[in-house]
Amino acid sequence: MIRLERRREPSRGWALATPFIAVLLTMLAGGLLFAALGKDPVEAIRTIFWDPLFGPYAGYSRPQLLVKAAPLILIATGLSLGFRAGIWNIGAEGQYIVGAICAAAVALAAYPAESVLLFPAMVLAGALGGLLWGLIPGVLRVRFGANEVLTSLMLVYVAEALLAAMALGLLRNPEGRGFPGSRNLAQYPSAANLEILPGSGMHWGVVAALIAVVAAQVIFARHQLGYRIRLTGAAPRAAVFAGVRPGLLVLVCMGFSGALAGLAGMFEVAGPAGRLSIDFGAGYGFTAIIVAFLGRLNPFGILAAGLLMALTYIGGELAQMQLALPVAAIQIFQGMLLFFLLGIDVLTAYRPRIGKARA
Amino acid sequence: MSGIDPVILLAQLMVVATPILLAAIGELVVERAGVLNLGVEGMMITGAVCGFAVGVATGSPLLGFAGAALGGALVSMIFGLLTQVLLSNQVATGLALTLFGLGLSALIGQGYVGLRGPVVPDLYLPLLRDIPVLGPMLFRHDAVVYLGLGLVVAVWWLLTRTRAGLILRAVGENHDAAHALGYHVVRVRLMAIAFGGACAGLGGAYLSLARVPQWTEGMTAGAGWIALAIVVFASWRPGRLVIGAYLFGGITVLQLNLQAAGVRVPVEYLQMSPYLATILVLVLLRAGRAPGSLGKTFHAAQ
Repeated sequence: MIRLERRREPSRGWALATPFIAVLLTMLAGGLLFAALGKDPVEAIRTIFWDPLFGPYAGYSRPQLLVKAAPLILIATGLSLGFRAGIWNIGAEGQYIVGAICAAAVALAAYPAESVLLFPAMVLAGALGGLLWGLIPGVLRVRFGANEVLTSLMLVYVAEALLAAMALGLLRNPEGRGFPGSRNLAQYPSAANLEILPGSGMHWGVVAALIAVVAAQVIFARHQLGYRIRLTGAAPRAAVFAGVRPGLLVLVCMGFSGALAGLAGMFEVAGPAGRLSIDFGAGYGFTAIIVAFLGRLNPFGILAAGLLMALTYIGGELAQMQLALPVAAIQIFQGMLLFFLLGIDVLTAYRPRIGKARA
Repeated sequence: MSGIDPVILLAQLMVVATPILLAAIGELVVERAGVLNLGVEGMMITGAVCGFAVGVATGSPLLGFAGAALGGALVSMIFGLLTQVLLSNQVATGLALTLFGLGLSALIGQGYVGLRGPVVPDLYLPLLRDIPVLGPMLFRHDAVVYLGLGLVVAVWWLLTRTRAGLILRAVGENHDAAHALGYHVVRVRLMAIAFGGACAGLGGAYLSLARVPQWTEGMTAGAGWIALAIVVFASWRPGRLVIGAYLFGGITVLQLNLQAAGVRVPVEYLQMSPYLATILVLVLLRAGRAPGSLGKTFHAAQ
């Protein structure tokens, strides 16, 4: 009989090893899944994890890695603050969409005027839009005790409907011959979020993601706020005695993660996506949750996890084109990764023992 | 607005509320056992695709619903294994289950897009169906609508009138005390989670086999999350669950009818209303006291 014995201290070694073991197990289980779908498992895994970096088309896919990873890292970094304190913002997808809508609205209001101030104004609008959208569930929890998991999630559906309304109505391209979707911001020089170094994939969103990671690390390691977040996560009641105001912390975490998600939306709509369309929300807000956990809610961990998850996106697209692997298989793959991670994580806090308990 | 007939409206309401009611009654049992499973959406959509696939393969809606319940229960056991045996965080694991279920269902459902499933017949209730007004409103539905209501009564009876219900509530209120009394906390919870998964699966299959009836990717569109909200709204009491589900159903039906009647509000804004209503309900109604051990990890320490 195997039983679990709580460790006195969480094992640092296991905490570090868990993500790697989870990735390996996911590759194994994913290989079985692909084999069950009638694909060569080795080839599928190689196409997903190796080819985007070193394959024949790597020149195209390597920059894409940064493009896909930037929103994931930006959003996940924001989420990690709240998650550490037990504040569950599940609605980043909605905040991402609203950030993009606000930024696009600012740009389209100014169109076609050119000004160096436009891009900063869009950054501000995107962050503010995400911030306010994220604050709604925060305020509802603090003021009315409404569960933030449910309200933030409901607001994703509201944001998606709002996006459709904007793409079909107010922000629709007047020269688009009636097609849904806004003007292409990537072709509007003042608003475009272009690559800083051509061909590198490095756009301002990547820079923002890196800044966010470093800032979050500083907050966790050196700042009062990080201390309060960690304390609240570990012992909410003790935190109150230590002077933490739980309501304020909820608002700060929800607002901060909302603002970062809104920023991610802004950089996406002004760059890689280019325009607001009905299908603009690509699920980054949900995948970022996996990224946050895979990165152990640690900023640099999130950086690595974001790059890995971006790899599965790009590799998944490659596998879809070359091996006709269904898109959904990659979704399952990502879900399994989180399952394995959560499952193996038991070894961080507990030690398995064989035999009966000592009396 | 003259085009909206209140009798049809109420009849539709019962149909629209059924998938959410089914998923919510399952989740209510899970939460009364002290487990917070946020994977309802994932289990629901898994049930939707399993039910549809089995229904198409066998031509039998009954087998379809059975397959959906089985599918929902099976994926819920992933959650059960992770949270009860491997002691993982319930919030994170539930989210993972939702993401996994959405992917899994899309993969299984690939070959089923655009197909037609078997027809779920209305239950023929002689005499009752001929009562004026009430007949077409209440007594001309398929069996699953009544199954949902029956399950609510059964769960109420189980929780408040039986020994098994007492044990389930004890486990949910204080798992350490229940463990000390010799009850098998993990076993009780695993059974509750499987029941919740089966109910969510049934709810999903009701969407794909009866309400829509078709398979489309992501077709649950947040119904699982709304079911979770309704459990909170109901303060974990079965009776209030019906009110919550019908309230939600009413708003959805009204919204759909306004769309059909051509109200001069863009469709997208009308589509927001069920979600906004859910938020409003969560805000206006102070939830009752949640089960004491809800969402906490149980580890039988010596």
